Amino acid sequence: MKKIVILGGGTAGTIMANKLFQTLARDEWQITIVDQDETHIYQPGLLFIPFNIYTCNDVIKPRRDYIPKGVELIVSSIDVIEPDKSRVKLANNRVLSYDYLIIATGTRTRPEETDGLAEAGWYKNIFDFYTIEGACHLQKYLKHWPGGKMVLNIVEMPIKCPVAPLEFLFLADWWFTEQGIRDKVDLTFVTPLPGAFTKPKAAAILGDFLDKKNVHLISEFNTGSVDANRNKIVAFDGTEVDYDLLVTIPTNMGDAVIERSGMGDELNFVPTHKNSLQSKAYENVFVIGDATDLPSSKAGSVAHFQADVLTENIQRAIDGLPLLDGFDGHANCFIESGFGKGMLIDFNYDVEPLPGKYPLPGIGPFSLLQETKANHWGKMMFRWVYWNLLLRGSELPIQAQMNMAGKMR
Amino acid sequence: MPVREIAGVQVDFDAEGFMTNPDQWNEEIAKVLAAEEGISQLTEGHWQVIHFIREDYKEKGQAPTIRRMNKVGNIATKDLYEWFPKGPAKKAARIAGLGKPQGCV
Ligand SMILES: Cc1cc2nc3c(=O)[nH]c(=O)nc-3n(C[C@H](O)[C@H](O)[C@H](O)COP(=O)(O)OP(=O)(O)OC[C@H]3O[C@@H](n4cnc5c(N)ncnc54)[C@H](O)[C@@H]3O)c2cc1C
Repeated sequence: MKKIVILGGGTAGTIMANKLFQTLARDEWQITIVDQDETHIYQPGLLFIPFNIYTCNDVIKPRRDYIPKGVELIVSSIDVIEPDKSRVKLANNRVLSYDYLIIATGTRTRPEETDGLAEAGWYKNIFDFYTIEGACHLQKYLKHWPGGKMVLNIVEMPIKCPVAPLEFLFLADWWFTEQGIRDKVDLTFVTPLPGAFTKPKAAAILGDFLDKKNVHLISEFNTGSVDANRNKIVAFDGTEVDYDLLVTIPTNMGDAVIERSGMGDELNFVPTHKNSLQSKAYENVFVIGDATDLPSSKAGSVAHFQADVLTENIQRAIDGLPLLDGFDGHANCFIESGFGKGMLIDFNYDVEPLPGKYPLPGIGPFSLLQETKANHWGKMMFRWVYWNLLLRGSELPIQAQMNMAGKMR
Repeated sequence: MPVREIAGVQVDFDAEGFMTNPDQWNEEIAKVLAAEEGISQLTEGHWQVIHFIREDYKEKGQAPTIRRMNKVGNIATKDLYEWFPKGPAKKAARIAGLGKPQGCV
């Protein structure tokens, strides 16, 4: 039997396990997937936990329920990849050799990269919400918080789901209004970017929303350290911002296994061909999802679009055909904007998020970069779509490549 | 696209004042651009940064981030902020004749 090994059983790894199991000849190919634990977290749901919209249990399911029976799931930490020998060593001492390797180890937050961040104030008045621990601690804290200055700080780009910090602020504005303490809360967004978002058109529109919701914006702030005793974040140029409650998006990095294996860049992301998803260094290694160094968004929707392309390219590699440059950087994200409304953005490597309509057969159209109730329902529906269709590798009525229909320049 | 003559060379710029053709660059141009950024004297430290990011650009096709300058170029963040106050990644890229460092999505 020939072997495909998938590292990481999160969004991208799980989709690939399902798709490859559906397409490859079962008597020729053995598919193995490795993850360090048994619990799959629906990460987009972490956003809703601090505001009591989801409980901590609402976002978790057993990982193995989503791996097809004919695929071997190994629960172990991955120790090191040895691409020169086409094998992987696991912490449980197993050694897996492979014909093709798919790296889907994602990205994780690294608060310890910033001096003072994960120290005296951690989970006291400093929280993250990109991990389930952080989101659940913050939920408890917010329940009894009397108000004050809440600062949301992105330490460093790139981060996964770059709209999540904005959604958090929009929801915070709604939540504190519901609690009757909005007048006692100062919301401030401190970001290294020059504006509210990475791309100009969306940055302008989302910036207006911040204004409308009375969220203060401090841009081009490069966080150097946190002084938890004085409740201040300090930029490398010495500028300070004080807080009562700090919600941080720490530095995002690829997993340490990438570094141990000598396969990553300075953030442990794996250099990857941007259209074919093949690793730049090794022909029989492919990379998908947040683990790549690509300039596309790190989002579940992106992993899904990439999976269509990667499934085809693995098949082509097996058949000895040239790979297709099928991935165009397509991303598609609902943005929760509070008070039961949402927005939608759809973009790729070349086309920034634009306003207009997003046609979707059967359910759409959705409005792009405008607040509507339908977009909010799209966002809430995504959890069902994620567990029932997306992870299982089912066909969704959305093409992998971006489409200009409905968009306005 | 604005074209300016600097040190006897025709130099192409984009709307934000970044050079669009790194091959037109030379050290005299760097000195002029540095002065425009409020840096009157380019020290050894400045040149170390400028040469690193030009080398890195050749390899990667884009100007490096601060973290990359730390990790790959062995240049401390503290020094970067001292030599190129405010936005070191952007300022150093501009002086080195490279495009604006890419924002990520
Ligand atoms: C708060 C928040 C909100 C978000 N909202 C959205 C949204 O609205 N829409 C959207 O599309 N996306 C959203 N995302 C992003 C989305 O969740 C991720 O982009 C997606 O999960 C990436 O999939 P992945 O498979 O690359 O990584 P992951 O799903 O993170 O999976 C990586 C897996 O690798 C395993 N792993 C890593 N290293 C090792 C090792 N050494 N040994 C063993 N196992 C290892 C991990 O345990 C993990 O299971 C959000 C993310 C967050 C945090």
